[in-house]
Amino acid sequence: MSSETTTERVSDVELVVTRRFDAPARIVFEAWRRPELFQRWWTPKSFGITVISCELDVRTGGSYRLVLSHPAAPEPMTFFGRYLEVTPPSRIVWTNEEEPNGPVTTVTLEEQDGKTRLTLSERYPTKEALDESLAAGASGAGAAPEQFNQLDQVLQDLP
Amino acid sequence: MVQFSADLDRVFAALADPTRRGILERLTMSDASVSDLADGFGITLTGIKKHIAVLERSGLVATAKRGRVRRCTLGPRRLEDEAAWIARYRRRWEARFNELDSVIEELQAREHRHPSPQRPRSRKNV
Repeated sequence: MSSETTTERVSDVELVVTRRFDAPARIVFEAWRRPELFQRWWTPKSFGITVISCELDVRTGGSYRLVLSHPAAPEPMTFFGRYLEVTPPSRIVWTNEEEPNGPVTTVTLEEQDGKTRLTLSERYPTKEALDESLAAGASGAGAAPEQFNQLDQVLQDLP
Repeated sequence: MVQFSADLDRVFAALADPTRRGILERLTMSDASVSDLADGFGITLTGIKKHIAVLERSGLVATAKRGRVRRCTLGPRRLEDEAAWIARYRRRWEARFNELDSVIEELQAREHRHPSPQRPRSRKNV
C-alpha cells in the first residue's frame, strides 16, 4: 500500500489530493473530528505555526474557527467556515469563508481491508478564483490580502 | 493531473519546433509584428502565422491587433509558477499527512491497549 501523497489539478476549478492511511476510516475520521487531534497534524511543526485557537464543531451545519500565527504574518490569521455535510466516518464537506471566492473542501474516506484511502477535493467557484489563488501563492507577491494567500506565503519556503 | 498535463502537452508540442523556439527567443527581447517575425525567420506570412497559432494555444505567446498590424508578445503562461505552486501544495499536504500518520498510530495503539469490542466507538479512555 502506497502512502504517497498525490496532488492534481483535475479541472479548471478543482484540485484533488489523495493519500492512503494504514488505519480504518473511523480512526482517520476521529483525527479530523477532534480539535485537540486535528490541530496537531493540520499545523505540523515544520510550518512554524502557533495555534492560537481551534474550534471545530464537526457535524452538518456546524462551524469552525481556526486562529493561527506565524512569524512571517504581521497579524494572526483566522480561518473559518461551515460544515455543509458531515457523514461519519466517510465524508466531511466544508466552506472556506475567510476569502471571498474560497473553495468548498470535500474529504472522502474509503475503507478497504482495514486501510483508508483519503481523497480531498478543493473546488473553487470559478476558474479565475483558482487561478488567482494559484498565482498569488506562486509569486508570493501578496497580490491578494486574503488569509488563504497569507498561509500560502508563510508556507512557501518549506523544504 | 489532467488539466496540468494537457497544458504541458501543448507547451511541449509548441516547443518541439526550432522555428517556434526561435520566435520565443526573439520575443524575450522585444514584441514583434507578425511580418517582422516572417522576415526575421525568412518564411512566408502563412507559415509564420501557423507557428504563432500553436504558440498562442499553448499560452506561450499572446497576440493583439493594433490597427492593421498584429503584434506578438510573450504569453500569460507561467509554467514554472504553476508547477512550483502545485509542488508546494503537495509538500504542504504531505507534511500534514505524515503528521496525521503519527496521530492515527497513537489512536490505534490506545485502542489496542483498551480494546472495547462491544462498543468499538467508545472513546472514554482516550
